[in-house]
Amino acid sequence: MEKFEKLQGIAAPMPLVNIDTDMIIPKVFLKSIARTGFGANLFDEMRFNRDGTEIADFVLNKPQYREAQILVAGDNFGCGSSREHAPWAIADFGIKCVISTSFADIFFNNCFKNGILPIVLPQEQVDLLMKDAEKGANARMTVDLEAQEITSSDGDVVKFDVDAFKKHCLLNGLDDIGLTMEKEASIDAYEAKAGASRPWV
Amino acid sequence: MSPKTLYDKIWDAHVAHEADDGTCLLYIDRHLVHEVTSPQAFEGLRMAGRKVRAPERTIAVPDHNVPTTEGRDDPSQMTEESRIQVAALDTNAREFGVHYYPVSDVRQGIVHIVGPEQGWTLPGMTVVCGDSHTATHGAFGALAHGIGTSEVEHVLATQTLIQKKSKNMKVEITGKLMPGVTAKDITLAVIGETGTGGGTGYVIEYCGEAIRDLSMEGRMTVCNMAIEGGARAGLIAPDETTFNYVKGRPHAPKAGAFEQALEYWKTLFTDEGAHFDKVVTLKGEDIQPVVTWGTSPEDVLPITGVVPHPEDFQGGKVDAARRSIEYMGLTPGQKLTDIEIDTVFIGSCTNGRIEDFRAVAEVVKGKKIKDGMRAMIVPGSGLVRAQAEEEGLADIFREAGFEWRLAGCSMCLAMNPDQLSEGERCAATSNRNFEGRQGYKGRTHLVSPAMAAAAALTGKLTDIREMM
Repeated sequence: MEKFEKLQGIAAPMPLVNIDTDMIIPKVFLKSIARTGFGANLFDEMRFNRDGTEIADFVLNKPQYREAQILVAGDNFGCGSSREHAPWAIADFGIKCVISTSFADIFFNNCFKNGILPIVLPQEQVDLLMKDAEKGANARMTVDLEAQEITSSDGDVVKFDVDAFKKHCLLNGLDDIGLTMEKEASIDAYEAKAGASRPWV
Repeated sequence: MSPKTLYDKIWDAHVAHEADDGTCLLYIDRHLVHEVTSPQAFEGLRMAGRKVRAPERTIAVPDHNVPTTEGRDDPSQMTEESRIQVAALDTNAREFGVHYYPVSDVRQGIVHIVGPEQGWTLPGMTVVCGDSHTATHGAFGALAHGIGTSEVEHVLATQTLIQKKSKNMKVEITGKLMPGVTAKDITLAVIGETGTGGGTGYVIEYCGEAIRDLSMEGRMTVCNMAIEGGARAGLIAPDETTFNYVKGRPHAPKAGAFEQALEYWKTLFTDEGAHFDKVVTLKGEDIQPVVTWGTSPEDVLPITGVVPHPEDFQGGKVDAARRSIEYMGLTPGQKLTDIEIDTVFIGSCTNGRIEDFRAVAEVVKGKKIKDGMRAMIVPGSGLVRAQAEEEGLADIFREAGFEWRLAGCSMCLAMNPDQLSEGERCAATSNRNFEGRQGYKGRTHLVSPAMAAAAALTGKLTDIREMM
């Protein structure tokens, strides 16, 4: 996995609440058996007309946001299905950080597995960053994972929390499976113990 | 020892390793796999030269893409991409040696219906699947939740998940339900109360007399939609209803082993005085038959209500409601019972079980669906279909004008050929009314099976109580 250290980029505002995974990547695009290529269909039904032409007023179609690397989004972002195609599409488009007041659990976890940093902040701070994002391409935010700080284009600094283990994995681009396999002896021991006490499982 | 919730007990019994910061390796007893979220995981194993650690705990079944029309063994019924996904599952299941129910097997069906039906799901287990509706299995008092594809690969390789413990939430439904009110109405009413983000970070335990009174089918309906309220998992403590359902299932323990298991299962309840971080209580008698009017499962109202005004809401929900009402082609103030329906879809992991079909048959027996109505009933598994045939339900459906289909997810998420067209309005027993969920620009109203049946007859959203 690619490391996430410090990101400086354009932030796009998407204030709509409850943006679900069907909006992020509609099911017609779930049929690929690869992990890549989903960015072309990110937010497909909000972003394109049926004939494939762009919907001009959708935020990521506006010239100033086409290169966005950060999303500032409404509450409960990523609700709905468990499809990891949603963070795959977001990462493939080039977005590496999503900021909201809350995320759906499964989506939140899926982000970390794909080098995306989801940041939860209180409403006032999301509002502040949303306003900043609305300024367009001239407003570049900086997200510093090590320091756990977002710096807005005006120089406002917003601190954020992140789980220490998840931070460690993102900063170092670590693969979970490899880390877990180092604990194989614990898993073996658990299986032996559980097999004795609950043999029917 | 301090009192524990049911969730605490199952969690504690599955921690294989705990780091200093509380990050745990949670051991997984059952891993269910379907064709959409698994190909990249199996490919990851292959590329790293890894094996499936516990193939005997892994169960694969194709459900999302498969056509539900007769003659579906003919590959031309599927798009090339769907065919490749189903074929990939077939190859992966055989190559890695996991339990497998192919499309041709009568036991094939929606993964969350097959698991319980075959006795794979048992009380006190941990169950995961690359599908958010894994919450369904919580009806057995199993800790069950959806995971992403990276986690599918992690479970395949290590039989564990990296987890931190969620918070405990209690949802109590007191008293009795009124006539015409079902498990579906309970679960929608709860989401209407808490919102789609209200359960985020929690595992819900559903309890109370109205929950106890439900069959296993009804309990599965309730837990299935825990995720729609944002909760990782929903749980119901096992009891005699659970034990009777489980007993004799193909993969349930037999004879002495069953007795041993039963002794353990009877310890799976929340201790008196255990701590819940959040408590929601609804009176069973206050719950009415409900429908959704918008594009989020929290957009719930009693069938006697009217379409709301966006200004009725606050904050970001004002714009969301405006967008929903426009998308759904509705007018604020319009009576919900005046909304005309083009299509009725009955099925899904929420409401694709035998009890759901009995409820539908009761409403439509000897009647005809409205002229021009498209109405389909899609069983949750081949065995549900066989049972409905045997009980004579299928004949009732066919005579009433329903299409009687083969098992699969079908129009719940419309990855197979069953889709809504632009502007088409559907009363559905499924779980999501998101924009485009059942087809591009399709409009979905979530309802109970009996309410869906009523809508098929009248051509409108209908209060089932007026037909009783």
